[in-house]
Amino acid sequence: MYEKLFQLEILTPGKVVFKDEASSLSAPGVAGNFQVLYNHAPFLSALDVGEIKVKDKSGSDVSYATSGGFVEVKENHVVVLADAVERSDEIDVERAKAAKERAQQRLKSMQMDVDLERARAALSRANNRLRLIEKG
Amino acid sequence: MATLREIRGRIVGVKKTQKITKAMKMVAAAKFRRAQRNVVQARPYAAKMKQLLNHLYTNPEASAHPFIQPRNVNAVALVIVTSDRGFCGAFNSNLVKTAERLINANYKTLHEQGKVRLFCIGKKGADYFSKRGHSIAGKYIGVYSNLVFGEAQKVAREVIDGYTKGEFDRVDIVSNVFKSAAQQTTVTEQFLPIPGDAFDGDGADSVDYIYEPSDIAIIDALIPKHLNFQLWRLLLESNAAEEGARMTAMENATTNANELIRYLQLSYNKARQAAITSELLEIVGGAEALKKAG
Repeated sequence: MYEKLFQLEILTPGKVVFKDEASSLSAPGVAGNFQVLYNHAPFLSALDVGEIKVKDKSGSDVSYATSGGFVEVKENHVVVLADAVERSDEIDVERAKAAKERAQQRLKSMQMDVDLERARAALSRANNRLRLIEKG
Repeated sequence: MATLREIRGRIVGVKKTQKITKAMKMVAAAKFRRAQRNVVQARPYAAKMKQLLNHLYTNPEASAHPFIQPRNVNAVALVIVTSDRGFCGAFNSNLVKTAERLINANYKTLHEQGKVRLFCIGKKGADYFSKRGHSIAGKYIGVYSNLVFGEAQKVAREVIDGYTKGEFDRVDIVSNVFKSAAQQTTVTEQFLPIPGDAFDGDGADSVDYIYEPSDIAIIDALIPKHLNFQLWRLLLESNAAEEGARMTAMENATTNANELIRYLQLSYNKARQAAITSELLEIVGGAEALKKAG
């Protein structure tokens, strides 16, 4: 279906999430969302919390929730190094909701020993996962 | 000589123990396979991470990074990776010995001034060092029962925090890595500042990337990730080594139990024969006596 494919690898410290040819990758860069297609210029970006969208070689879309990482593009070989990646249809709703509540409580308590930065980051990760579930 | 009943009791006892060691060996073998798979699955990430760091290391901004630039060492921290549970041969004792040797050889004066802080991952190491009056800055128990990246991050964060605040100027990690199921080696790695030889940055792959948002921002983000991952990798290695060591130890225990049973069976048979012989002698002796009397 798509002639112009590139090699895509999505790696986390725990496992290889995706390793195949793909025709398109959209990812949440820290400086804004971007898309990678065939013959993209060499590129190195940090990722924000958000959604990674992949169009695989059969032309179907797969989306993943990510909590940040890096993308390297080099000679039609794209590597995503992510801290954590979950396929949108494999996200544990209960866990995401619990994480959201926890983060909100931590933010509300406003104690000195609460690390605000981390609580905010946790909240945004939880929201991101829940948003992806709703999109289905 | 032990009585027949005593020997029989011991044989039963050893057989029961053998059943336990056999079962533990099976469990360790299953866990070992899983741990080994984890190590293998982390490799592609490790390789890519290293490649990126190599590439960025040629950037002059990188070598000036606070995590790379060496400082004067006024205090050190050691991260000691042991297991939570025993029954794994010399796994833990080798490790704590290596750690003690390291303290005595490199940081003796600092240690006498109380400037060596220990972060112990695993119950065994924490127990050992707290009993000997070392200052334990962090104790992490139960990490292996739920081995996820987040756990490694938690430990790494505390260590990095201490380093950033200047509580110590150098961090070493002492850990076991696995060679094969039967073989583990103890390694000491410098964690912080990141040693220059962690990169073989000859700049060979001089790809002219477009950096987003900027090369400096990427270096800043990548270096803590690298540290988290280093610790995670050692946890995985240590876990695999532990299960491998336990598997071998239990295998040996099962073989030894067999040996013991064989030996006990032999003395049981001997004792039994001796008893029969002496009974026969008594009967014969008794019959002789009767004959004489009659």
